[in-house]
Amino acid sequence: MQKKKLVLIGNGMAGIRAIEEILKLLPDQFDITVFGKEPYPNYNRIQLSKVLQGDTEIKDITLNEWQWYEDNDILLYPGETVTKIDKENQVVYTDKGKETPYDHLIIATGSNPFMLPLPGADKEGVTAFRDIEDCEKMIDASKNYKRAAVIGGGLLGLEAARGLLNLGMEVDVIHISDYLMERQLDRPAGELLQKELEAQGMNFYLERHTTEITGEKRVTGLKFKDGGSIPADLVVMAVGIRPNVALAQATGVEVNRGIVVNDHMETNIPNIYAVGECAEHNGMVYGLVAPLYEQAQALAKHICGMNHQGYKGSVLSTQLKVSGVDVFSSGLINETAETKAIKLFDEWQNTYKKIIVQDDKLAGAVLFGNTKEGTKLKSLITKGASVEDYLESQQAALDDESIVASMTDDEIICGCNGISKGEIVHAIKTDGLSTLEEVKGATNASRSCGTCRNLVTDLLSETLGDEYEVNTKETICNCTDFSRDEVVAEMKEKGLTTSKEVMNVLEWKTEEGCPKCRPAINYYLGMVNPQEHEDERESRLVNERLHANVQKDGTYSVVPRMYGGVTNAEDLRTIADVADKYEVGMIKLTGGQRIDLLGVKKEDLPNVWKELGMPSGYAYGKSVRTVKTCVGAEFCRFGTQDSTGMGIQLEKKFEGLNTPHKVKMGVSACPRNCAEGGIKDVGVVGLDGIWEVYVGGNGGTELRKADLLVKVKTKEEVLEYTAAFLQYYRENAAYLERTSHYVERVGIEHIKEVVNDEQLRKELNERMDEALGVYKEPWNEVLESGTTLKDLYEKVTAK
Amino acid sequence: MDGGIEMEQTVRKVLIGNYQDLPESLGKAVEVDDKELAVFRLSNGNVKVIENKCPHRGGKLSEGMVSGEHVFCPLHDWKINLTDGLVQAPDEGCVKTYKTSIEDNQVYVEIPER
Ligand code: SRM
Ligand SMILES: Cc1cc2nc3c(=O)[nH]c(=O)nc-3n(C[C@H](O)[C@H](O)[C@H](O)COP(=O)(O)OP(=O)(O)OC[C@H]3O[C@@H](n4cnc5c(N)ncnc54)[C@H](O)[C@@H]3O)c2cc1C
Ligand code: SF4
Ligand code: FES
Repeated sequence: MQKKKLVLIGNGMAGIRAIEEILKLLPDQFDITVFGKEPYPNYNRIQLSKVLQGDTEIKDITLNEWQWYEDNDILLYPGETVTKIDKENQVVYTDKGKETPYDHLIIATGSNPFMLPLPGADKEGVTAFRDIEDCEKMIDASKNYKRAAVIGGGLLGLEAARGLLNLGMEVDVIHISDYLMERQLDRPAGELLQKELEAQGMNFYLERHTTEITGEKRVTGLKFKDGGSIPADLVVMAVGIRPNVALAQATGVEVNRGIVVNDHMETNIPNIYAVGECAEHNGMVYGLVAPLYEQAQALAKHICGMNHQGYKGSVLSTQLKVSGVDVFSSGLINETAETKAIKLFDEWQNTYKKIIVQDDKLAGAVLFGNTKEGTKLKSLITKGASVEDYLESQQAALDDESIVASMTDDEIICGCNGISKGEIVHAIKTDGLSTLEEVKGATNASRSCGTCRNLVTDLLSETLGDEYEVNTKETICNCTDFSRDEVVAEMKEKGLTTSKEVMNVLEWKTEEGCPKCRPAINYYLGMVNPQEHEDERESRLVNERLHANVQKDGTYSVVPRMYGGVTNAEDLRTIADVADKYEVGMIKLTGGQRIDLLGVKKEDLPNVWKELGMPSGYAYGKSVRTVKTCVGAEFCRFGTQDSTGMGIQLEKKFEGLNTPHKVKMGVSACPRNCAEGGIKDVGVVGLDGIWEVYVGGNGGTELRKADLLVKVKTKEEVLEYTAAFLQYYRENAAYLERTSHYVERVGIEHIKEVVNDEQLRKELNERMDEALGVYKEPWNEVLESGTTLKDLYEKVTAK
Repeated sequence: MDGGIEMEQTVRKVLIGNYQDLPESLGKAVEVDDKELAVFRLSNGNVKVIENKCPHRGGKLSEGMVSGEHVFCPLHDWKINLTDGLVQAPDEGCVKTYKTSIEDNQVYVEIPER
């Protein structure tokens, strides 16, 4: 079936959320193309103030990494603007001359900051506060200039002002109304806020109407209607936003304030939808993510053809993200003739709370100073809960420490993503989550503005009780409460020999474990009992079970062993012939000095191995991978030792050894260290008459420089110390703990002590020899076993 | 809904092999017509058959790790119930499941015909 072409204009928060929801519902049904004017992947615009305040880097606010687009086969054109939509032929055109046809088109172009059309507004040093570029402009200005003026005392303006203070500027805020944030707060709260911000160093000009931005090329100040003026060399306009509708308008899509949509986010033109700040639903245009995410969800369901009632509008709530100031509001903020209010002002603690009641129901709230109750209030207001219910739950809350206890399961904790208490608790329980990060990953809660972080941690501790504190003990996985050390000790003590036995005796919570504990137990069993343990192929993950690396399309790669990265003409010829015969997708030199044949069909693997006639390179295993070597004394003019020979010896000795995680080595023949021993699990560096052995290096996810373990004179000693180190690591590290993490955890000094102790070293070497003694080359083993060939590699067709 | 009209479904029984030939606690891919099925022989002896394509990004579920009544996709670890085909939370989705029967040690799968 031809996939439908889905095109998104605007690589921002609402549009990408819609795509995420669509992918969740129908992962493989659309060819997705995204055009984004900004040259970044989708980032969390809400957190821009943090970037400006200088405590966060741009990469920290990225919501969808480049990789995400790739993983989901989304064609992203960053830095590319859609300039025209041909609605008849269903094609979009861009400023870079691209034409892309669509079956569905989503317009999610967000808003433009509203720039007051003042004389001088085009001067250098005048900026908006909307995107990364604006933040960069402000940060740059703060390096050379002193005085900033922010026009607009609303949410955006105050966040900008706080950021500029952090950047070391003097900040004036010019506001047209007589108190701050008048659209989100009532007067008492606005005035309290002003006092607080003044204490932080902001300077306010209220009820001022800016008439002109003065200066030559660059701004030097502002003039007000009342005749007054102030100096300024940076002006930030934060007076509001306007839905970005120009493109839609030019296309003939119905536009009012925003692009007019129905409950399914459809515009009046077939197959064109709008979502986010650019859309107008039922007369409302929203400028906060929570409603936009609800819209995105409704749109996704509609595009995927799911039955649903559509988007019905949202109750708004706001929270200001300025450190040291807590304000919140939701629903109605000002009293009217039909409302009654509950007000609490605590001058001593400087907190203020107002609840607005209409027809005995909660209709709005304003909080200052203490906003813990905000999330709860928002959800009560959305539900239209009665005052009695609220007062009752408040009493309950007084008896409890955290507000979350008094919340019902359907109350929303994360407003941005619409995640309820029930959903989070469920995820904590069923997925065994124990950290904020895990909750974020599993549920999306707290992934946007972050103000619900405390509630989520409260929920964690409420749900897990004592476990939450105790959870510092690392269990193997959620199938058990035992740690790695406890399990290994039990295995030894009780003489457990199979995974099944381990899980039965230690009362595993799941029937047959999971992909985390199963491979781990299989490894520990083999480590404790190298002679007797029979490797359990069903506990191996795909790569280690099939002795090849699975690729994204279900084919496999083959990396033959090439000791020390040294090969010869004959082997190369064989490799070339096999590659031709089996039409491999790609031949690639790897980072570990090997040759990789990629894209081999599973059923061809045995024949490829057979015809290569080379041992497995173990490129797929938690095992000794590669020993890279440099040219060395044999050829190199700086070489002091036989590095290739040393490398080959190391690789031959440790080939096929099962280890907690993969082990990579490098041997170089001088301090130039061309084989990169400084970032290897074991790095050997030859000097005149000496070999240095380094351990615990890593060049992968988390770079770690290796620590010097020992300096020795002979090749035999290198092998002996390496064996002692690796065996000690095998016996003590947790499964999937690389040497870098292990060495970091226990400390190099401790390892040195063990390895330098002659007796211990001898014993470790004996146990290592025992472990190595049982190694059988796996490819050959497969070829020799008819059943394995049949069970794992055969292609079956039935009629 | 199609107005409540029950369509008659015909099924075809397809022989997929000898029970003993299925590896225990593992999956095996079997091609039937243009479909690829993943056949699992569970440790409790039951045989389960599902579509061999993970709803996430098409991973071959036959290569996954089997635990009880579930299989974990080999590519990104989604957990899928072998009986009802449902993807387990926090991920979402489902795969097709097929009925099986064992007669005289022969395993059959029922393929619905259109
Ligand atoms: C083939 C190769 C890339 C290449 O074409 O050069 C490669 C390919 C893969 N690497 Fe690698 N790594 C390769 C060299 C490296 C290197 C460089 C090196 O070995 O000198 C590193 C950094 C060095 C290090 O490990 O300290 C490296 C760090 C990783 C990591 C991160 C490990 C870490 O501890 O942080 C992973 C993930 C993991 O193992 O969990 C990984 C995982 C992978 C996997 C197996 C991912 C997977 O599970 O599918 C890739 C398989 C691709 C495929 O589809 O077949 N690869 N990988 C290289 C094979 C080396 C070899 O000759 O055997
Ligand atoms: C500093 C700041 C703080 C905020 N704080 C909060 C907060 O605390 N809570 C909250 O809920 N909300 C907050 N918001 C608002 C929130 O960020 C927005 O509501 C949300 O980002 C809007 O999402 P969107 O997808 O509609 O638009 P955007 O995220 O703006 O995405 C639209 C994208 O489309 C691109 N685009 C436009 N036209 C085209 C075109 N023709 N072709 C290609 N691309 C195009 C734009 O460049 C942009 O990248 C804040 C906003 C700012 C600026
Ligand atoms: S080969 Fe390694 S670095 Fe490249 S994509 Fe795969 S895992 Fe990542
Ligand atoms: S393809 Fe199955 S989990 Fe990703």
